[in-house]
Amino acid sequence: MDAIRYETPRSVAEAVRLMVADAGARVLAGGTDLLVQFRAGVRQPSAFVDVKRIPELMSITIDDQGLRLGAAAPAAVISEHAELRRLWPGLAESVRLIGSTQIQGRGSVGGNLCNGSPAADTTCALIVNRAQCVIAGPNGERTVPVDAFCVAPGRTVLQHGELLVAVRLPRPAARTGDAYLRLIPRTEMDIAVAGAGVSVTLDAAGVCTAARVAIGAVAPTALRVPDAEQALVGSPLDEASLRDAAEAAGAAARPIDDKRGTAAYRRTVAGVLTRRAAALAAQRARQGNDRG
Amino acid sequence: MAKLHIETTINGEPAEFLCDPHETLLSALRTGLGLTGTKEGCATGDCGACSILLEGRLVPACLVLAPEAQGRTMTTIEGLSRGDTLHPLQQKFLEHAALQCGICTPGFIVAAKALLDAKPNPTEEEVRYWLAGNLCRCTGYDKIIRAVLDAASEMKGTAA
Amino acid sequence: MTATREFKFVGTRPIRHDGVDKVTGRASYGADVTWPGTLHGFVLRSPHAHARIVSIDTRAAEATPGVHAVITARDLPETTARIAIGESAIDLRDIADNVMARTKVLYHGHAVAAVAATTLDIARRAAETIAVVYEVLEPVMSVDRAIAADAPILHPAMRTTGAPAADAAGATNVASRIELKRGDVDAGFAAADLVVEREFRTPMVHQGYIEPHACIARCGEDGRASVWCTTQGPFFVRDASAAIAGLDPAHVKVIPSEIGGGFGGKIVVYLEPLALALSRKAQRPVKMVMGRDEVFRATGPTSGSKVRVKLGARRDGTLVAASASLWYEAGAYSGSPAGAGAMCALAAYKIPNFFIEAHDVVVNKPKVAAYRAPGSPIAAFAVESVVDEIARELRIDPIELRLRNANAEGDRAPYGPKYGPIGLTQVLDAARNHPHWRAPLGANQGRGMAVGFWFNAGMNSSATVTLNGDGSAAVVTGNPDIGGTRAAQAIMVAEELGIPVERVRPSVGDTDGSGYTDVTGGSRVCYATGMAVIRAAEDAREQLKARAATIWNVSREAVEWHDGRAVPPEGTEKAKPMTVAELAAEMTHTGGPIVGRASLYAPMAGPAFGAHICDLEVDPETGRSQVVRYTVVQDVGRAVHPSYVEGQMQGGAAQGIGWALNEAYVYSADGVMENAGFLDYRMPVASDLPMIETVIVEVANPLHPYGVRGVGEVPIVPPLAAVANAMRDATGIRFTELPLSPPRVLEAIEAATTVAVQA
Repeated sequence: MDAIRYETPRSVAEAVRLMVADAGARVLAGGTDLLVQFRAGVRQPSAFVDVKRIPELMSITIDDQGLRLGAAAPAAVISEHAELRRLWPGLAESVRLIGSTQIQGRGSVGGNLCNGSPAADTTCALIVNRAQCVIAGPNGERTVPVDAFCVAPGRTVLQHGELLVAVRLPRPAARTGDAYLRLIPRTEMDIAVAGAGVSVTLDAAGVCTAARVAIGAVAPTALRVPDAEQALVGSPLDEASLRDAAEAAGAAARPIDDKRGTAAYRRTVAGVLTRRAAALAAQRARQGNDRG
Repeated sequence: MAKLHIETTINGEPAEFLCDPHETLLSALRTGLGLTGTKEGCATGDCGACSILLEGRLVPACLVLAPEAQGRTMTTIEGLSRGDTLHPLQQKFLEHAALQCGICTPGFIVAAKALLDAKPNPTEEEVRYWLAGNLCRCTGYDKIIRAVLDAASEMKGTAA
Repeated sequence: MTATREFKFVGTRPIRHDGVDKVTGRASYGADVTWPGTLHGFVLRSPHAHARIVSIDTRAAEATPGVHAVITARDLPETTARIAIGESAIDLRDIADNVMARTKVLYHGHAVAAVAATTLDIARRAAETIAVVYEVLEPVMSVDRAIAADAPILHPAMRTTGAPAADAAGATNVASRIELKRGDVDAGFAAADLVVEREFRTPMVHQGYIEPHACIARCGEDGRASVWCTTQGPFFVRDASAAIAGLDPAHVKVIPSEIGGGFGGKIVVYLEPLALALSRKAQRPVKMVMGRDEVFRATGPTSGSKVRVKLGARRDGTLVAASASLWYEAGAYSGSPAGAGAMCALAAYKIPNFFIEAHDVVVNKPKVAAYRAPGSPIAAFAVESVVDEIARELRIDPIELRLRNANAEGDRAPYGPKYGPIGLTQVLDAARNHPHWRAPLGANQGRGMAVGFWFNAGMNSSATVTLNGDGSAAVVTGNPDIGGTRAAQAIMVAEELGIPVERVRPSVGDTDGSGYTDVTGGSRVCYATGMAVIRAAEDAREQLKARAATIWNVSREAVEWHDGRAVPPEGTEKAKPMTVAELAAEMTHTGGPIVGRASLYAPMAGPAFGAHICDLEVDPETGRSQVVRYTVVQDVGRAVHPSYVEGQMQGGAAQGIGWALNEAYVYSADGVMENAGFLDYRMPVASDLPMIETVIVEVANPLHPYGVRGVGEVPIVPPLAAVANAMRDATGIRFTELPLSPPRVLEAIEAATTVAVQA
């Protein structure tokens, strides 16, 4: 039996070197997906590369440009960041939904993205907030929009030797609000059966000038829904436009039947959640004049 | 297949152990260190029986690798009482009969301690959501929630 | 007698004696112990739900460095032994085959081999090298499939026992059929003003105890063995494991650990015989701990079911006829609680005409085990749902309707005997008078109620009460404590001896040190073992009186006992009352140690009823629901330790709520459980439930010195229907299939809306 190694790189460069040298190495952030898969025999890494001692992967900074969120920062730390919560309440919401308090003490946004689950709670919120994935590799650093990061269930655009180091979000414009909602049967602890994230920006008259809508757990990856966005832009975000957006979201969904829900159910609920998330985002956009 | 030698601090005291690189911290606590108060209920982070505080933060020990403990501090259920004085949470669990079989109790008490460290005056709803990651099959949670709220009152110095 | 007795300690709420160990993590459960030289055992399990075992080649595993023993069914003797468990004897052959498959695997996860090695990793990897050749067969995954004409047969020799249907012939998957009848059910229905018939389905669900099965066994060269394990029945473990592993039970000692939940699922054996057999081969202790997925796949959940119920009523609400057809999944071997379900189904109601048939059906799922009032929740879901329909149709209050038909003392239970004093009417009255029943409901909320019944067992129990020189006492029984019974036993001894509860030390002995006791289960420990404890304490008290007589030089009959003191007859010289402590201090000089003993077989006579009220809020756009208020009313006879009685009521209700809303075994087409973990097997979490209000009703059970009835099982019986009836109230839709998952609920809401729009 080949021994599995445990590595603790102290810099991004060192981490990249480890990943390049060993195709079977896996990045270990919170371990809340990887260790479960390891125990189930689904993933057999040759090495765990623990990136939590690399400062750039753990830090959270907000400046004029926006947010730089270290890929391995635990959800609990993110939720406690008051400024982040104020500027991106929907993102903060989605982060708080990644599992129990115990899981929150470990699970990270980076891990959530790299696991590539179609039901990941943070992906939709990141998409609607125009997030960019910062990837380090043997050829240096590159940036990929978050909606292009996951390509299939469990698969991302990361190449051999690359790792996700951070996620960047631009500062939201004035009168912008976001929200993320998901449907689970219990009140906690479940994987999302369907999820929807919405971000809207209003002008001074309360008319929507920009919108982004993403639905999760209803397709192989999280999906942006341009038709839903178009239904919102130019409208005062009234009941009619919200209903149209919901219908567009339901139509765009490509869900499957599985042990957590039927396809028909997911399609319906994707619409319901989109409508509710849009209403919540609109309310936040109207209220929040301390944003931007 | 050489084992790693890990030096760490547990319940305020230096400790060391040998572990496989892929071994969980839960396993190291229970076997290498003989600290069997932390329990394994599922090994997938879904039941909370393995709750510990790592660097003051509530985590599931079954989803932490043992070598991650190097140079870090952690608190387990064994570290909550001081000599023969029980922590208020432990005392309130007893008074409220908040345990029946008791297997989930260490996890709940550690998780509740983390809650009261972060939020000394939680509402019932906040207690329930914070503890949603701790499964109990015996009590229906009622007396557990009452015990935690009562402990919070006592620790703040307010009459229950 | 019991009604007038003034209790000093019974009814108080002392801190339980094992409590400090549990809140500090010191208490030792099944997996918390390791003995010197321990090896680790790993079970190789079938990847197929139904297959013949063609061959097993273990040579590669045996040759793996670090492996000390490999076993298959070949290492276990063929057994036809029967051993006593409670009032029945069970055939060990099925249990032995379940523990390790001999010729066929009958469910995904069925054990086929086991390995003991120096580490678990080595054992697991070695097990992967065991080459098993299977001839895969089509799995049978439902009652409907099992009884189809072209169904694959699990056990070729199986024939329906009991009262087989008239057309039953040849090989079958119906292990047994029973009938219960009274009066003329056809005439009864003919005379009814209203007849309601529905078919109900419930899924297989698991007890969900948080502690997986775990044991450590050591077998010496001389055949003497010790087993440390988490179990509800150490004597059963001893007898069954010895028989299965081919050891003499007289040479096997079983030491029960603290138990992290059982609910009936830890009355059977799974790992212990394997650990013994491995240990015998390896000549070292072997520790075996199940993973959570193994617990789901390969222990004993309870039956999925199909139940058809038909009730007939007169316009004034009197129930005049009932028929029911119960089909319960037994899992891979016969033994579902269909019979108990049939006996409980109509226990609450005076119905002069009924016909009930119950079928035990084998399917390729794990062999079912007891789960808290086994059989009764399923039957109650069906009957209480139909009663609710009748109440609605006749516009009679649901509690009122039940009161009009409620059984009382002297009425004949559907399963035969006449009821002694029972508390059903009192429970219904308490529910009706509770503020919950009249509280206003919010938007999208509905309210439902239901009653439930369980017989509660008696069976064998033993107890000893030993006096210490300082006047404290120790009480030992052989019943693992799953709900706080040690605290109750301490209260009983304190009550009988008149010493403080803190001066009584209760403990659970091993099979060498305690007299034979039947399992912890059937809600019998406080009742039956409690009875033995009381008698043992009385025995000790009599001995204390005898010692006082010796000291005072009077006859034993002249000594009285008041308030914890032996009292001399009037006028006796140089004699004053003596406390337990004073008498105990003189033990050595007055005759030696004082040990009170009792062994008994308690009559099965503590039947009890409960009634639950549930408020449910339903999101009509997503089908998601949440319990927003819940009240449990129950007749417990006498609450010895009220906090733990309340705990049983709340815990049982929570399990029933989970069963109703979200829990279910989900199977793939080829018979593999898809949700064998706590992520997707959804038990209630703390944020899913409100505070659960409890109302304790006490109608004394005349067969017990304090009036105790069993309390632990009744509370899981009403919730399935209480929740479903609340769902009916909230949505206008009658759901006859559980769980009430959001997709199922939304689909029905949408269908109903479509119909309404079209109408």
